[in-house]
Amino acid sequence: MKIDFTHIQSAHCESGVTRNLLRHIGVDKMTEPLAFGIGAGLFFVYVPFIKINNGPAIAFRTLPGQIFSRTCKSLGISVFRKKFGDMERAEAFLMDCLEKGQPAGCQVGVYFLSYFPKEYRFHFNAHNLVVYGKEADNYLISDPVMEEPTMLTSYELGRVRFAKGALAPRGQLYYPRPGVAITDEQIKRAIRTGINKNIHRMLHIPGPIAGVKGIRYTGRRIKTWRDKLGLHKAGLYLAQLVRMQEEIGTGGGGFRYMYGAFLQEAFVWYPYDELHAISGMFTRSGDSWREAAILAAGIYKGRIGSQQDFNSIGDHLLEIAELERQAFVTLSKIKWHR
Amino acid sequence: MKKDEVPQDMSSLGKITREVCYATDDKGQYTTELSKGWDVKITALDAAWQDIHDKVAVAREKVRNGQASPLLFFMERGLMDIGIVAAYTGFWKWQIRRHLKPSVFNKLSEKRLQRYAEIFNVSPSELKSMTVHED
Repeated sequence: MKIDFTHIQSAHCESGVTRNLLRHIGVDKMTEPLAFGIGAGLFFVYVPFIKINNGPAIAFRTLPGQIFSRTCKSLGISVFRKKFGDMERAEAFLMDCLEKGQPAGCQVGVYFLSYFPKEYRFHFNAHNLVVYGKEADNYLISDPVMEEPTMLTSYELGRVRFAKGALAPRGQLYYPRPGVAITDEQIKRAIRTGINKNIHRMLHIPGPIAGVKGIRYTGRRIKTWRDKLGLHKAGLYLAQLVRMQEEIGTGGGGFRYMYGAFLQEAFVWYPYDELHAISGMFTRSGDSWREAAILAAGIYKGRIGSQQDFNSIGDHLLEIAELERQAFVTLSKIKWHR
Repeated sequence: MKKDEVPQDMSSLGKITREVCYATDDKGQYTTELSKGWDVKITALDAAWQDIHDKVAVAREKVRNGQASPLLFFMERGLMDIGIVAAYTGFWKWQIRRHLKPSVFNKLSEKRLQRYAEIFNVSPSELKSMTVHED
């Protein structure tokens, strides 16, 4: 059994699944940057008291699941979402969906994800893919970060749907309910909602660790890593930062380029010159993130490693924080009615 | 990032699939380009794995010296902490802590060993002898 489902590769798994599932129900104008922007996906947070793989917990995007939920909500599309207590019921439900012709988004862990290279298989449980059919014992998988659709046996799919650890997916399955026609006016409104939400998330979350303040905070912390952790461990911390920033699914530059692409697409709907200018600011920010990553690589490769090098990475982050602050402040001043 | 600056350094992922990157064309318009990987990213991943290999080597020594059971070796190798092992096997954390002692581990029943063996993708006898197949 195979549902007619179009696999389009994307940079990021969740915005890709969102786009592909929405297109499947007829929202033809949905693109990956639009899904990312409407879902207010851009973020930064550094949680100093949590460790992931013995390194710092840093994220460049919003919590898993939110991009899909927000995008659907802003467009007035209702979402079906269900978690399961045991594998048999989860698989039976998935089969029901497929028999009804409903492709299903699934949250999975990558640790047992057989088609990923071993080097990438950490205990990361917030990957997303779409199941769109079954042939013999193989489920047909549209994993948006892969160029081509792929397959998993029922044992393998069960294992990744019930991966354990932080953010355990518990078989989570979701899809947008079909049957609503989305007007251009709704998309326009959703773009504004998404931008406003993102302004709030980057500028106005209280406390020092999230949004623009979080970038500044991380920049200051990095300067102390060498003394506090020793050169070796500090290098591993920087490697972790770079991995979160450039890992599969960011589109490069810690999602900053994808947000730049979103603002250019927003320009098609709202032809205000500011949007183009602000998009350019995010391009510059993405470039700066990558420059900081190159410096960091020098440290974990052991080529450089003086305190001055750490200072210089920290300063890069402080500049990025200022640049992104200006970008979001400028965004917040746009007059949408004219 | 300009479209022609998107890095193309072959990574382990690049052999299986290329990744979508967002980049700008000569007019500053965003478009996408496929990338085989980026050296900075590859070495970040290498650094993480080197650290894991170091820990596995330490664990192997500890098991050989009788300071820990083979469980420790497989946990380090599988990037697992006690919490994750508990979630996968259904054992309590305190049980797993006990099983890390060689004296307790050696007395484990075949059934219990099987629960560990499954999550580490080995057989119970391989679990005991610390045998691994590199895939």
